Amino acid sequence: MFKVIDSAVPIACWACSVGHNDSTLFCPHCSKIQPPPGGDYFSVFGLEPKLELDLPALEREFHRLSRKLHPDRFARALENEKQWSLADTALLNDAYRTLKNPLSRTEYLLKLVGVEIGEEHAGKNRANNGKDPSRVPADLLEEVFELNMQLEEMRMARKMGEEDPALEESLTEAKRKFDGLLEAVDENLRAEWKTWDQGSEAVRQAAQKKMAALLDRRRYLSNLVRDVTEALGA
Amino acid sequence: MAEGRVVGIDLGTTNSLVAYMQGDAPVVIPGVDGSNLVPSVVALDPIPAGGGRPTVTVGNSARKALIETPERVIYSVKRLMGRGLEEVQKELKLFPFHLAGDVEAGEVPRIQLGELRFTPPEISAYVLRQLKRNAERFFGAPVTQAVITVPAYFNDAQRQATKDAGRMAGLEVLRLVNEPTAAALAYGLDRANVGTIAVFDLGGGTFDISILKLRDGIFEVQSTNGDTHLGGDDIDNLLLAIALDEIHAEHGVDLRKHPGAVQAVRKAAIDAKIKLSAERIAHFDIELPNGDRYQREIPREVFEQLIEPVLERTAGPCKQALADAGLTPEQIDEVVLVGGSTRIPAVRQLVDDLFHLAARGKRPRIELNPDEVVALGAAVQADILAGASKTTEEMLLLDVTPLSLGIEALGGTVARIIQRNSTIPASATEHFTTGVDGQTNVAIHVVQGERELASDCRSLARFDLKGIPPMSAGLPRIEVKFLIDADGILKVSAREQRSGQAAKIEVKPTYGLTDEQVESMILESFDHAEEDFAKRLLIEARTEAETILAAVERAPASPAWKQLTGEERATIAAARDRLSAVKLGEDLAAIRNATLALDQATRRFAELMMEAAVSTALRGKTMNTAGEDLGEEVTAPHPMAAAEFK
Repeated sequence: MFKVIDSAVPIACWACSVGHNDSTLFCPHCSKIQPPPGGDYFSVFGLEPKLELDLPALEREFHRLSRKLHPDRFARALENEKQWSLADTALLNDAYRTLKNPLSRTEYLLKLVGVEIGEEHAGKNRANNGKDPSRVPADLLEEVFELNMQLEEMRMARKMGEEDPALEESLTEAKRKFDGLLEAVDENLRAEWKTWDQGSEAVRQAAQKKMAALLDRRRYLSNLVRDVTEALGA
Repeated sequence: MAEGRVVGIDLGTTNSLVAYMQGDAPVVIPGVDGSNLVPSVVALDPIPAGGGRPTVTVGNSARKALIETPERVIYSVKRLMGRGLEEVQKELKLFPFHLAGDVEAGEVPRIQLGELRFTPPEISAYVLRQLKRNAERFFGAPVTQAVITVPAYFNDAQRQATKDAGRMAGLEVLRLVNEPTAAALAYGLDRANVGTIAVFDLGGGTFDISILKLRDGIFEVQSTNGDTHLGGDDIDNLLLAIALDEIHAEHGVDLRKHPGAVQAVRKAAIDAKIKLSAERIAHFDIELPNGDRYQREIPREVFEQLIEPVLERTAGPCKQALADAGLTPEQIDEVVLVGGSTRIPAVRQLVDDLFHLAARGKRPRIELNPDEVVALGAAVQADILAGASKTTEEMLLLDVTPLSLGIEALGGTVARIIQRNSTIPASATEHFTTGVDGQTNVAIHVVQGERELASDCRSLARFDLKGIPPMSAGLPRIEVKFLIDADGILKVSAREQRSGQAAKIEVKPTYGLTDEQVESMILESFDHAEEDFAKRLLIEARTEAETILAAVERAPASPAWKQLTGEERATIAAARDRLSAVKLGEDLAAIRNATLALDQATRRFAELMMEAAVSTALRGKTMNTAGEDLGEEVTAPHPMAAAEFK
């Protein structure tokens, strides 16, 4: 899955024939653009897989590489250079988009190291999200049950055009609570990043497990918050 | 051949423009009539006496033909670009032109124009060719490469149709640029490039909002949103509906049955709208077929109340764009206004409210002409692509895809694979397998949009992955790569991973022309690209001269002629004789100047003729002129909108 680009890895520059390693976007010898390298998203920015990132530095590097790689710079170049500029820039953009967001970065890293997580894509199969009882975090079971009843009630009330201030109050309270839980999850995640980044292999394994569970919980919570927000018609 | 200039083109619903970078500032290239705006109107001249294919005219001259031969004129074709048969049918209810009789479902709809039929991209190609010629005339050299702007909220099919039109016109489209982004480029040229800006673009038919972050010459779009059916047309329609209702109620005349009369009232509505941007009050004063006059005052307050629901529709997209960018209104440093409709004071007030400008001591940016700013920005982007200029070498535009890309999953739901507002180019890789033993085909349905069900999204294309080696169900592993390029257009490639062979993909675009079709529609002018350029310019100039001379020849038969003073007629006669004398010579400049002089001498006559045509249309009812019922929903955009106003 994470060999995002499927082209063959060249061992020599197409333009000057000098050999180079396959993680380079430009030939170190003649500076010509190269086909997309086979490495992961971190390597696009010359980074080791790490969860704590210097975001301003990441953005600067994104801009620096965009200036060199973007198809606008190759509008009148050779056909193969145009193609590689397109593929390289898509890789750069995909990598930047994934890494700049803390959640997608965590998901990406977990997949990179082979940890199975709940869903391949946020937003995919949304209809089933939060509805699958087997995935309800155990400590929330009771509250989620109660909340779902209230959500249903709220939707009915809205449909009928009725106001129910008490129900609204109760849902707003629930949203506050789940927002708080989300924040707690995020804090836990940040702690695990640190652990993973600095830890030994064994420590990493444990952190990965925790992060996968935290991501599941987070996805579940954020779907709940979304549903409540929708029901409240904010 | 050395590489020529790259021009920037704003291919608009109502008007189109071409611009280029002159030194370090973009400028609009005027047409032969001296006007910067070329109305996006295409007319088919009558078939020549000797037979053969009729010639096509574009712009102001085509607009004039609208009065005489409305069945041979088409306008606002941008609304039809990249749309399917059903959508076009719905849209055409509002236009005086029709679908060709033999259009079949699944085909790109063709419009009947006189005795010929054209697809929307072909019509746009004629407009583009006119712009190309204007630029060639201006430079005295061929122009073959262009940047063309599109509404940011255009989908894949609409973008592809625009690109096809460019190719048909003999232009290599180096890039499609989103209109609001282009405007930001035009504004960003002469300023210290730091900050977050919003571009609010309300044109004739479309609304776009884009939020960009500027830093060190990089224009990074954070989010975009919009409505491809929201613009000045909607305001015109409101005024029009009120006028028609009142005329019906107070004078017992139902003008809706007469397209010509409706167009005339629409023109009055547009004039009133424009006037209300500068003044507190406007008037309708229209002579009716029964001799009555419909007179009405429209105070600005009434107008503003009336259009409030239309303007309110821009708020939702603005809020969504802010939310998607993760920004509050206070974090927007500047708001740039683009499009003719942003001249309306109520629109400026709304923008002020949405972005809390006055409260922060700020005002929207309006220094650049809102009709021209998109073309100017396209010229800047053209300069960036040409890559040879100091002014733009540090500039780079990073745009986004306005709509999420998804594939139809089991049960008709959408699995999103590229989220909206992703920086383009963007890609996603998906894996597919078979459901039946020995299955060798897999069908994939790609959609664009934000809705949960595929049927509520825009169908982009159906792909058939063919030639999968027969295996047990679930065993093949087909990797499909979706890539949205820098023009916002989808490209797909696929490979079966176990066998390593590339699966053959048959792409059936839901709305669009095949490569072969586009090839066959390339305008014949392209064939002559290699011909002696000067000779072509001379022939064109002579044709133009002939056209205007023929029109002047017919002029005395028009009632409007009698309204001219003796002096005016003498001026026209002198200009006519001058043009007749030089038109067969070899002096290109002399022919052009004489043509221009005659055009200017006849300007008042042309205006009088327009007015006469309008009142003729209004008398249409009593004269029982055959006209077709437009139906209740009269919302066709009007091609006679004033081309330019301050």
